Amino acid sequence: MDLARTIKYEEELDQQFAERIASEPGGEGIWDCIQCGTCSAICPVSIYMDKTPRRIIGLIRAGFKDEVLSSISPWICTSCYSCTVDCPAKIKITDIMFVVKRMAMQEKSYRRFVIPDIEEEFVKMVRKNGRLTESKMGIKVARKSGIGNLLSMVPLAWKLMRHDRLKLFHTERMTNIDELRTILEAMETGPRVTLPAKPSVVPTGHHQEVTA
Amino acid sequence: MREYLYYPGCSLKGVGGPYEQSLLSAFSKLGVKLTEIADWNCCGATAYMSVDANMAIALAARNLAIAERSDGQDIIAPCSGCYLSLTKAKAMLEQYPELRAKVVGALGQASLRYTGRSNVRHPLEVLMTDIGAKELKKLVTKPLKNLRVVPYYGCAILRPYKAVSDPYAPTVLEEMISLAGATPVDYPYKGRCCGGMLTSGVQTVGLRLAEILLEAAKSAQADVIVTTCPLCHYNLECYQDKLRKSTGKDLGVPVMYFTQMLGLAMGLSEEEVGMNRLLRKPAIAGVTA
Ligand code: SF4
Ligand code: SF4
Repeated sequence: MDLARTIKYEEELDQQFAERIASEPGGEGIWDCIQCGTCSAICPVSIYMDKTPRRIIGLIRAGFKDEVLSSISPWICTSCYSCTVDCPAKIKITDIMFVVKRMAMQEKSYRRFVIPDIEEEFVKMVRKNGRLTESKMGIKVARKSGIGNLLSMVPLAWKLMRHDRLKLFHTERMTNIDELRTILEAMETGPRVTLPAKPSVVPTGHHQEVTA
Repeated sequence: MREYLYYPGCSLKGVGGPYEQSLLSAFSKLGVKLTEIADWNCCGATAYMSVDANMAIALAARNLAIAERSDGQDIIAPCSGCYLSLTKAKAMLEQYPELRAKVVGALGQASLRYTGRSNVRHPLEVLMTDIGAKELKKLVTKPLKNLRVVPYYGCAILRPYKAVSDPYAPTVLEEMISLAGATPVDYPYKGRCCGGMLTSGVQTVGLRLAEILLEAAKSAQADVIVTTCPLCHYNLECYQDKLRKSTGKDLGVPVMYFTQMLGLAMGLSEEEVGMNRLLRKPAIAGVTA
């Protein structure tokens, strides 16, 4: 019989993981978490997550990088910001979910399913046209989530077309797409934006209250 | 004459068409001028932020920078998603100088200047603050009597950056419903998530969130749900058939935009506010079934 170890040795944890998250705008509050669970309680989708928001924050701090980056939780976060406004430690949990998604994408350690695919398609379309065409995006999404889903969306699409809310052959695009590309390319060049180890400005909220 | 800049966003040019139509009709009836921001681009929504945060902020900031070329009018962003992206960009550029330096540099490459002076606002708050309930009430010629309305705010206009009303006990939409002659119903989920993008990605979860909201509207015996965002509207309106099939419950409730409601109350025609573009029309006198 083959048994898998379920607990990690300390040296297997990534001690830099939390620092990396904390260096991204929005991640700086991570050390203030008191593990109270308010975020998990208020979250409308935590009952579907493989790891609740509280647990995600706890695992990040403990260095469980692989576990966090392969979790589906950040991907089913709807960005409703309920956790962020209710966290007693003023941690920007929603922003941390975004940081985790980006890291997981960069390291290709996220679980392949429809949501990350949708987000990538969205970005591609915006880079190409500067705007989003909902009908085209809708077809892409439905296709990615399986033929059954694609077919089940047909009656709705038809209804929306009849109500003049969906045009099948229209593409929404801006005129000066080159200008937008210039801006995005400039954002891509040079070093990544990271926060100094200690923020140069005191963030609003919690920290300010402590120092004031 | 009052003037504002108008940032429609992608959705109001698509599935949210009735929102744009009723917004423009209502503002023109009020003698308020809206000027569409020249060659605006997508706000980035939540998707761009998941892939690249810095570019997402730059994307939103380009619109703000273009707006700064005007005479300092406020920007009206009717879609809650756009409202969030634009206010988020502003807040982050304010809070993180490292990010600001990079974004200002990138915009500079396209000869755009960002100072952060444009103000981003939601039309609900503009109507109720700049014009005011008193003025609006004077213009109500066709009060929507006996109409029971769910005031549904959704997330982004209540949190986390710029709330249009008390984030935990908002009242501004109720005030608008009342001045339109209708009755706001007691609704426990005014600011609960509609499912966001999950309704198209992971329907087991997304549709469940929509179901909770529709079921509560049903048990409040509402005639219509009023929304302030094209995504909330889509999620609540467009999956009712699918939900009836999967849950066996009757969750059919008409869903309309607050701008349609106000427009009708101010005597605009059904066509002018795009009532015929809704999948299910509320029973309002003068609105064909
Ligand atoms: S609400 Fe804030 S402090 Fe409490 S567990 Fe969640 S992140 Fe930690
Ligand atoms: S923002 Fe995400 S994690 Fe936070 S409560 Fe909403 S869905 Fe849950």
